[in-house]
Amino acid sequence: MKQYDLNFPWLLKMAWRDSRKNRSRLLLFISSIILGIAALVAIYSLGENLRDNIDSQAATLIGADLALYSGKPLDDKTAKLVNQLGTERSEERSFASMVVFAKNGGNRLAQVKALKGNYPYYGELETTPGEAGKTFRNKREALVDQTLMLQYGAQVGDSIRIGEVSFAIAGILQKAPGQTGITSTVAPSVYIPMDYLDQTGLMQKGSRVAYRYYIKYAPGTDVEALVEKRKDDFEKADLDYRTVESQKEDTGRSFRDLTRFLTLVGFVALLLGCIGVASAVYIYIREKLKSIAVLRCLGVKAYQAVLIFMIQIVGIGFLGSVIGAVLGAVIQQFLPIVIKDFLPFELTTDISWLSIGQGVVIGTLISILFSLPPLLSIRKVSPLNVLRSNADEVKSEKDPITWLLYGLIVLFVFGFAWLQMQSWMQALIFTGSILAAFAVLYLTALLLINLTRRFFPTSWSYLWRQGLANLFRPNNQTAILIVSIGLGTSLICTLLFTQDILLTRVNLSTSGNQPNIVLFDIQPGQKEQVLKIAQSHKIPVNQSVPIVNMRLEEVNGKTAADFQKDTTDKQSARIFGREYRVTFRDSLTKAEKITEGKWQGIYTENGTPVPISVEQGFATRSRIKLGDTLTFNVQGTIMQTIVGSLRDVNWGEVQTNFLVVFPNGVLEEAPQFHVMLTHVPDAASSARFQQAIVQAFPNISIIDLALVLRVLDEIFGKIGFVIRFMAGFSILTGIIVLIASVLISKYQRLQESVLLRTLGASRKQIFAITALEYFFLGALAALTGILLSLGGSWALATYSFEAEFSLALLPVVGLFLAVSLLTVLIGLLNSRGILSQPPLEVLRQES
Amino acid sequence: MNNILRLQNVGKIYQSGSNSLTVLQDVNFSIEAGSTVSIVGPSGSGKTTLLGLCAGLDRASNGIVELHGTELNQLSEDQLAAVRNEHIGFIFQNFQLMPTLTALENVMVPLELRGEKNIKPRALDLLDKVGLAARSHHYPTQLSGGEQQRVSLARAFSNRPKILFADEPTGNLDAETSEKVVKLLFDLNREAGTTLVVVTHDLDLAAKTQRVIRVKGGRIIQDAPAGADIN
Repeated sequence: MKQYDLNFPWLLKMAWRDSRKNRSRLLLFISSIILGIAALVAIYSLGENLRDNIDSQAATLIGADLALYSGKPLDDKTAKLVNQLGTERSEERSFASMVVFAKNGGNRLAQVKALKGNYPYYGELETTPGEAGKTFRNKREALVDQTLMLQYGAQVGDSIRIGEVSFAIAGILQKAPGQTGITSTVAPSVYIPMDYLDQTGLMQKGSRVAYRYYIKYAPGTDVEALVEKRKDDFEKADLDYRTVESQKEDTGRSFRDLTRFLTLVGFVALLLGCIGVASAVYIYIREKLKSIAVLRCLGVKAYQAVLIFMIQIVGIGFLGSVIGAVLGAVIQQFLPIVIKDFLPFELTTDISWLSIGQGVVIGTLISILFSLPPLLSIRKVSPLNVLRSNADEVKSEKDPITWLLYGLIVLFVFGFAWLQMQSWMQALIFTGSILAAFAVLYLTALLLINLTRRFFPTSWSYLWRQGLANLFRPNNQTAILIVSIGLGTSLICTLLFTQDILLTRVNLSTSGNQPNIVLFDIQPGQKEQVLKIAQSHKIPVNQSVPIVNMRLEEVNGKTAADFQKDTTDKQSARIFGREYRVTFRDSLTKAEKITEGKWQGIYTENGTPVPISVEQGFATRSRIKLGDTLTFNVQGTIMQTIVGSLRDVNWGEVQTNFLVVFPNGVLEEAPQFHVMLTHVPDAASSARFQQAIVQAFPNISIIDLALVLRVLDEIFGKIGFVIRFMAGFSILTGIIVLIASVLISKYQRLQESVLLRTLGASRKQIFAITALEYFFLGALAALTGILLSLGGSWALATYSFEAEFSLALLPVVGLFLAVSLLTVLIGLLNSRGILSQPPLEVLRQES
Repeated sequence: MNNILRLQNVGKIYQSGSNSLTVLQDVNFSIEAGSTVSIVGPSGSGKTTLLGLCAGLDRASNGIVELHGTELNQLSEDQLAAVRNEHIGFIFQNFQLMPTLTALENVMVPLELRGEKNIKPRALDLLDKVGLAARSHHYPTQLSGGEQQRVSLARAFSNRPKILFADEPTGNLDAETSEKVVKLLFDLNREAGTTLVVVTHDLDLAAKTQRVIRVKGGRIIQDAPAGADIN
């Protein structure tokens, strides 16, 4: 007896021959791989291009070699330190203030930046006209962000008023270092020369000003090393610092997170596609059982038979991945349009061969991996099948290798997640969640199938009963179809719900009599007059709150320096560097609840520490407990306090909320300003009221929530674009899985339809049975997905967004009908061949 | 005497849960090389099971099946496959052509499996012998039942088998086509000097073989030269 070789060339030839009649079908199965890989490659390439662009443009992100930030004016010692640094220095003071357009009286809160020096040293303030970015510095001129210019119809040469000073608009600000489309929407910038800052009258005690110092070093200086040496000095002086390198890392990190998130979303869709591929291959192999049995009869060995079909899958998987990668490279050219508003730099796109390579490898690997369980069942095909038609069942579940393969698939998912997240724990959670989602889907599907079977309506007409009964035919694919269609539905549905929850939440906070105008920086002497103006405009003041700025000096007698020395103490040094805006009152607001300790609203015992209330979340983050003593520096006066209570605060309410609240009887005489919340009924009275306030008190800043809502709307629009892009992709994958899923059940239904036609069923009746079967299938799948996403969205709403979850019935019904009808449509489209041919012909073709 | 196939005390039992079903028992016979034999019997008598055991498609539960001096029960699945490729040809009731291969490719498969070179002329020659040279590039669905069975004949002889098993070769054909296919089968067999084992209901076909083995209830009830009273 001869033992023949592997004979690989022949196996290739057989694989090629055997695929000839099925290629279009194989291509459809693999088209979900194409889409998945296209998304992955596009996102990978984007990540790669972002990295390259950040590397090459890092210096212009910060505009200098070193930037120092402080929340307070520099003391003499620190000023001396800063003045020794680098070869050239610039200073910027930035604060929020009202900007009034003289031409039409329009006013809006803007980020005013007073600049001294030649900053930026790298990149430039991009303006129209171009030279304005340089010339405004020596005159009483300003650069105004283009969103502001557009909003108020202003032109270069018009004038704006900031505080007490009028500035001529020298140019429209298009771009400044580090600025993104989003930041200019949220807080549009206005640059003015530092020389005029004092004259504006806005630099008063208690004003919230950010002090920034930009330093340029001689070319070739090792700035990182210099900064490393000065690190302790900076920290002692409460100076945050940023270098080109650290900026590069920070920017890179945030975009890495974004691309990682997108990659994982893409991967989930790819997995969804893979389930489609796996079940398609399963049925493909089932249809090939006879051929395989014949080959085995003719002397083909088990592994050779496996290889013939594996070569087909590898080939088609590879082809799909290559097409996907090419498509991804094309899509990637358009991605920058989607995210340009989030980028602080120009994004140029190059073809990333690394990403294309990764995509092709992952696509090929994943198609092999998911096809292997059905492929390996070929080993069990007995040559006896040629003699007996009932011997065509393949018992794959008893094969221990199948379990090994499932293990490998899970490992692959885990490995992929780990590569993206670089964290075992996160990868484990991701893999666990995916498995749990599939398990829940599968169990829900099984439950629904069983319920339908149990409560089978026997009184229905034959066509309905047959359509429903078809779901339970032997070897049915109902569960797997429900899982794949259900998962797609669930993804889309969750997206709809989440969007709804967020929008409802924003709408709620701005509806009814909720405050929609916030006035702040009101000096104690201005309070009464502001109230009078409000009264004269018939505008109610919902809330008037005093605010006192202070800094934390000690916790339980230990200073920031003590905590730094003691490495065993994990107290965060951050709590010392910041400015605390604190209020005082005698009662809790309706958004507050005491969780620990006792609320004390009035302080009378002189000499003992003042009992204060600290917000629960802040206390936990800062490791502050009930009974801790905190020493505050209230603009020069040291004040001993004790944590008397911890409060839970609902930050979702539109009102002033505070981390630290003092009782009445302590801070009344401290330097303070007031915040007032009002509700204006319409845009016209809002504009009149705002103008009156800004006219009388230029230092008072106004936040118009209608404007905030508009800005939010704009941001949602921009984020929505990204979400819609991903959702569109996932819907498309869902449809392809659906087509593949429906196609793979064609073989089973074909036999039954032929039998029915032989028994005398009319075309119409078979059409009705088929349509009903797909309707039940689609309906069960949609129901499974919707139920699952209802649970998920409820959990998201309750625990993540802390918002009320209300079921929007219309979109749910719409989605249910859409998925059910789409299933029917695709099912019928794919069955039309069976319906229109005489039974004999169909039998001949399939034999 | 040179026996190509020898069965000794062969039995086949199917286990289904705690029940066992004996399909064949105490089967003993030998087949001389170059002879023609038919196995006949009613439905469910075990004749197809017997064919499966003889051809190495299935394993006996007990006893010895020896084909061309090799005991089949001792071989692995892959070794059995090699034996089939080297020594055995098959013809089936349902033709069992690969639907994705053309007539020519179907005939070439057994030769290609052996790694033989320059096989196309032989395959074409065989197709010519069965009268289908002109349709060598047609797929099975483009051929009639008789034509498909003729391709299957060409395939069965392509690897020059020592023994040919035919399972109801005319079961799916009309009388006229059956006659042509049977004539072709016996002519080709005579020309090649192959041992032929036919499983059939058709007593006319059985009568064309030199020897008839009759099976009933899983046992051989008669083993006699053709022409003996088999009723």
